Amino acid sequence: MDFATLLQMLDATLRLATPLLLACLAGLFSERAGIFDIGLEGKMLAAAFMSAAIAAVTGDVWLGLLAGIGASLVLSAIHGVASITFRGNQLISGVAINFLAAGLTVVVAQSWFRQGGRTPQLSGDGRFNPITLPFAETLRDVPVIGPIYFELISGHTILVYVALAMVPLTWWILYRTRFGLRLRAVGENPAAVDTAGVSVVGLRFAAVGICGVLVGIAGAYLATALQAGFVKDMSAGRGYIALAALIFAKWRPWYALYACLLFGFLQALSLRPDIITGVIGFRVNGQFLDVLPYILTVIILAGFVGKAIPPRAGGQPYVKER
Amino acid sequence: MDVMPKWADVILIPLISILLAAVLSALVILAIGESPWAALKLMVAGALGSTYGWGYTLYYATNFIFTGLAVSVAFHARLFNIGGEGQAVLGGLGVALACLYIPWPHWSLALIGAGLMAAAFGAAWAAIPAFLQAKRGSHIVITTIMFNFIAAALLNYLLIGALKVPGSMEPATATFPPATHLPSFQDMFNFGDTTFFRGAPANVTFFVAVAACVAIWALIWRTRLGYELRSFGHSESAAKYAGISPTKIIMVTMLVSGGLAGMMAINNVQGEAERLVLNAVEGAGFIGIAVALMGRSHPFGVLLAALLFGFLYQGGAELALWTSIPRELIIVIQALVILFTGALDNMVRMPLERLFLAMRRAKQ
Repeated sequence: MDFATLLQMLDATLRLATPLLLACLAGLFSERAGIFDIGLEGKMLAAAFMSAAIAAVTGDVWLGLLAGIGASLVLSAIHGVASITFRGNQLISGVAINFLAAGLTVVVAQSWFRQGGRTPQLSGDGRFNPITLPFAETLRDVPVIGPIYFELISGHTILVYVALAMVPLTWWILYRTRFGLRLRAVGENPAAVDTAGVSVVGLRFAAVGICGVLVGIAGAYLATALQAGFVKDMSAGRGYIALAALIFAKWRPWYALYACLLFGFLQALSLRPDIITGVIGFRVNGQFLDVLPYILTVIILAGFVGKAIPPRAGGQPYVKER
Repeated sequence: MDVMPKWADVILIPLISILLAAVLSALVILAIGESPWAALKLMVAGALGSTYGWGYTLYYATNFIFTGLAVSVAFHARLFNIGGEGQAVLGGLGVALACLYIPWPHWSLALIGAGLMAAAFGAAWAAIPAFLQAKRGSHIVITTIMFNFIAAALLNYLLIGALKVPGSMEPATATFPPATHLPSFQDMFNFGDTTFFRGAPANVTFFVAVAACVAIWALIWRTRLGYELRSFGHSESAAKYAGISPTKIIMVTMLVSGGLAGMMAINNVQGEAERLVLNAVEGAGFIGIAVALMGRSHPFGVLLAALLFGFLYQGGAELALWTSIPRELIIVIQALVILFTGALDNMVRMPLERLFLAMRRAKQ
């Protein structure tokens, strides 16, 4: 494999890792606050549809992004009401949200656009277009660094950079702010937080809200940046891969970045079977690469490679003692 | 002391939840510019208006009984088996291997043999997540989700490789030999000049499913194992104190659960398709969750809920055929049922409990 192909692969890795990373950080906020969220997939799908639909109608991708985040927040609110207010089962609520999104997006898309459950193709301002970073053109001919800067670092959509910036920001919020400390505490021992006079319900709703915003951006990225429009089931299990990445990263932001890059790289590889054959000399089944994230996660969960310990109060509704 | 009488818990709450789901579904239909009343009439006519419609309704219901029972059994031990989909995929593989490679003399023997293979394959697929939960504490929900994806990929791999008919482009196995074909309702209810269920896929497996309901009821409420399973579900620490081994209960429950999900394959693979195709399960594993929640994890409730979902599925197909309402509307209804009967259970329960308390106080 030559240098140019490697850069191409890494470039694809970055593009494919972005939705995973955004969804993974979204899940991180929610689960660190003690709310399991297997509804990431559904929220991403709903956001993808709404962003593509609004961007197609208005021609403005930023309005699309807002609408996508809005759709994701509505589903987050349902999840919050079910699992925080009514102390329902968080896993069942997540399952319901996934189905709600899978069904509603197609039903509404068919009703609005009559194109068999998809939105019209987006173009121009209806999409997030690649940004060329400063000096990318001039530095292009510098050996090694030039192509890396031009091919790999420059030329992505704004949302890719947003996702990457979210990693240190998440780390900073969780580990360097009062809000972050309380958020982590509410996922480990909500009774202690309550005793300190801080609202458990408020914190958990805040976490679920942040989760909704981030996974909404992930969905909008799918439909308006990675692809040009919404198609049925376009999230294609990415919400679950993000969940897998979250476990793989043991609920920590920087590790989430590495896990998502790894899983993004696997996705990029499965799109280019010719490269694998070229490098290792025999064919690897594409199916195998697609499920490798899941297999790796099961191995991690089994505790054979380090132990993934979830937040202690995760999944349990908090009942104030009376 | 129970706040509510038992009938309110068993009948009233599910009824209100379903009503809420139905009202919201009707609003969705209204919002996309169709008439909910016309849609309902069309669904009833399409699913229940002819023996052909009934044949489809019962065929779908058979699938959902198996997957609903699978989720229910696990619920009793407070385990959430979300992997019914993958276990049913593996069950299909078991049925295909049994039917293709063993020369069965008669369909009844083939039914028993393939059923056992389906159950064994489904149980084996559930065994790994169960073992990881029991021994390593890995959350069973996450591992069973992962196993759904792995099962789909495994089947895909086999159907474009080892199991594919040589020379064929289609990812499917060869058609099973005639001796393994199960009698359909059309064969069974054929009275000379009047044939019922003509062309519908419902088959003898429906009776196996009903028998499974009875067997699971007996297992849960009439055996020692069932007692251990329920007490483990109520309180793990109390069960441990009473000498019940958590490892054993988790393993046995998940094996039964996976086996039931796998058994679905004798209906859809052996009974209907008569060969193994990609995506044969069609989401029935997930519908099992809705069925179990709605049926309150009781086999009789599961039977009723499975019939309702069978009706919804066949009715939904008719809707998609005759109106502009896409089939995905059924997924929305399914989601609303899961939401209201599962996650928002307390939303219905808490005001009702208050109401019953107030009524009791008024009486005193």
